[in-house]
Amino acid sequence: MRFEVAGRSVHAATGAMAIDRPEVADAPLVVLVHGAGMDRTVWSHQTRWLAHHGTRAVAVDLPGHGHSDGPPLGSIAELAAWMGDLSDVLGGPLHVIGHSMGAFIGLEAAATLGDRIASLVVIGLGAAMPVHLDLQAAADADDPLAADLMAGWMHGPDQKFGSNPTPGMSMTGTSRAVIETSPPGVLAGDLALCAGYDGAVVAAAAITCPTTLVLGTLDRMTPRRGAQPLVEALGHATVVDLATSGHAPMMENPDAVRSALLGHLFPVAS
Amino acid sequence: MVEPDHHRFDTRALHAGQRPDPVTGSRAVPIYQTTSYVFDSVDHAAGLFNLEVSGHLYSRISNPTVAVLEERIASLEGGVGAVCTSSGQAALHLAMATILSAGDHVVASRNIYGGSHNMLNLTMPRFGITTTFVDPREPQAFAGAIRPETRLVFAETLGNPGIEVLDVAAVAGVAHAHGLPLAVDSTFATPYLMRPIDHGADIVIHSITKFLGGHGVAIGGVVVDGGRFDWAADGKFPTLSDPYDGYHGITFTEEFGAAALSMRARAEGLRDFGGCMSPANAFYLLQGVETLPVRMARHVDNTHRVVEMLDAHAAVSWISHPSHPSHPDHELAARLYPKGAGAILSFGVHGGREAGRRFIEAVELASHLANVGDAKTLVIHPGSTTHQQMSTEDLAAAGIGEELIRLSVGLEDPDDICADLSRALRASQTA
Repeated sequence: MRFEVAGRSVHAATGAMAIDRPEVADAPLVVLVHGAGMDRTVWSHQTRWLAHHGTRAVAVDLPGHGHSDGPPLGSIAELAAWMGDLSDVLGGPLHVIGHSMGAFIGLEAAATLGDRIASLVVIGLGAAMPVHLDLQAAADADDPLAADLMAGWMHGPDQKFGSNPTPGMSMTGTSRAVIETSPPGVLAGDLALCAGYDGAVVAAAAITCPTTLVLGTLDRMTPRRGAQPLVEALGHATVVDLATSGHAPMMENPDAVRSALLGHLFPVAS
Repeated sequence: MVEPDHHRFDTRALHAGQRPDPVTGSRAVPIYQTTSYVFDSVDHAAGLFNLEVSGHLYSRISNPTVAVLEERIASLEGGVGAVCTSSGQAALHLAMATILSAGDHVVASRNIYGGSHNMLNLTMPRFGITTTFVDPREPQAFAGAIRPETRLVFAETLGNPGIEVLDVAAVAGVAHAHGLPLAVDSTFATPYLMRPIDHGADIVIHSITKFLGGHGVAIGGVVVDGGRFDWAADGKFPTLSDPYDGYHGITFTEEFGAAALSMRARAEGLRDFGGCMSPANAFYLLQGVETLPVRMARHVDNTHRVVEMLDAHAAVSWISHPSHPSHPDHELAARLYPKGAGAILSFGVHGGREAGRRFIEAVELASHLANVGDAKTLVIHPGSTTHQQMSTEDLAAAGIGEELIRLSVGLEDPDDICADLSRALRASQTA
């Protein structure tokens, strides 16, 4: 799916289900937002399933990522404002599901965009996201080492061995390829945004919409304890701890994440 | 500088793709000898059939034992995923059938396995897919043969049987400059000796039957998806970048991105053509992959001993192995294959076809058969066997003379291999 936001072409996956079908006009409009150096495909275990389970699912490529036009935006605040533009274009309040950098974008958007954000799910984040200096240096140099480092750190220890939920696929290999093929400079910019954003706790305290946190106990990029200030600032949030997941539960533990999303989006039905 | 947190190659050869069975604790990969899998619910079943959720539904499409082998080889090659097939030829067909359609054109190396040459030259044209063959040592020859309808560049990393060394990065550069993917058959190299994706290849094909399996007990193939090629860039690959009615309008590049090729290969190719690997064969082949690093190192060491012996033997007219200084790709091989350029070599025997026949019939330890990459030393005369369907002209173009003997050096004591070959060479010179 392609559409324009603020004059630039945006690419998104919708599970091959058009979101303007009359029969889903009142279905929740769910926007899935990827993390640093990644694209819409990190949600491949959720997008198509959501699209066939009562929602209008839109997994976006952020500006400058995947197949969306660039350049990338320069701050978490700008990206949050872009979410507002996206809400206007798609025509409705958004249920935002964000991972890592996408979770920061979701927090900032939910805190600043009022009722244009209907609810929020944040996955794999902490109150701060410091970036290892060697990772930032490799990304700054567009060195493939950056993709290798991230692919090694972002998944839990089980993925050093494998048994991917998708038969025949290598999770670390896929993550490495996605990051490696991101346009030059994109990962470096994203990592700098993550490291430089210090408004997560303030944003969390201002959020009033229903919010769920999905956190991997084995997350090494944003350790679980680092999310506790957000849990406390949010107060009302539902917290789903996944004992076997690292930084990317939607890839590592897709069934549990789908279940969490179901509980979040359809609390009565679930 | 911090290092990536991955297991190294030798460890992955043993462990990638498998954790001990969570129910039984089985350390070895269990053989899941089942055709099908019980669904949790109607919704779960529908989700599996519609690619909404991952899992196994029928062993033609995926199987837990086969999946371990697929994930392990994908990991060893540095790909995003892999699809195992019933044979190496089924893997080549699956790769082509996934991205090509009638009217498309392939540019391929002319120095490839005879069966692959047959498929491209004789069989695929019946389905509207044609091929132009070029000299693999000339990257610009690939460029010169590319047409508007070309959709794939194909070569072997180590040619069969001449062991031509493909400059993978150079040919990948040519392909990519034309918006085309490079697929390589890397059966002779194995990921232990060289990983083509690291050098720019987009698809890696193996006959696992050979060195990866290594024991000559099971037939199998695999397509490894490099995950770096942008299939959606310019509309040349509609099977991946356009909506597909086979799954209610799914667009594989949109939904799976880097994994588009492997997802379509499985979801369509195995579903419709059915060239799947059996779980028992996957188990046998996994036993081989576990010891790939130690076996390949020994294969290469033995090969170097055999090359030295043949080089000094009066009955040998020429030797073709990249480790030999006379090989045209000697320097390229030293750069691309620091651990050695494989364990297949060819040589000529003074006295032509008849002397070659006497040599074949005189070997006692080496086995005369149509295979390579076994733990045992194998020998064959390609002109009368593996490449016999090729015309005299095509044989000449591929550098396959009537006197050519192909040798696959095994893991026996190298002194015994050399003694057997030396004695047979002496016999070849006796009328």
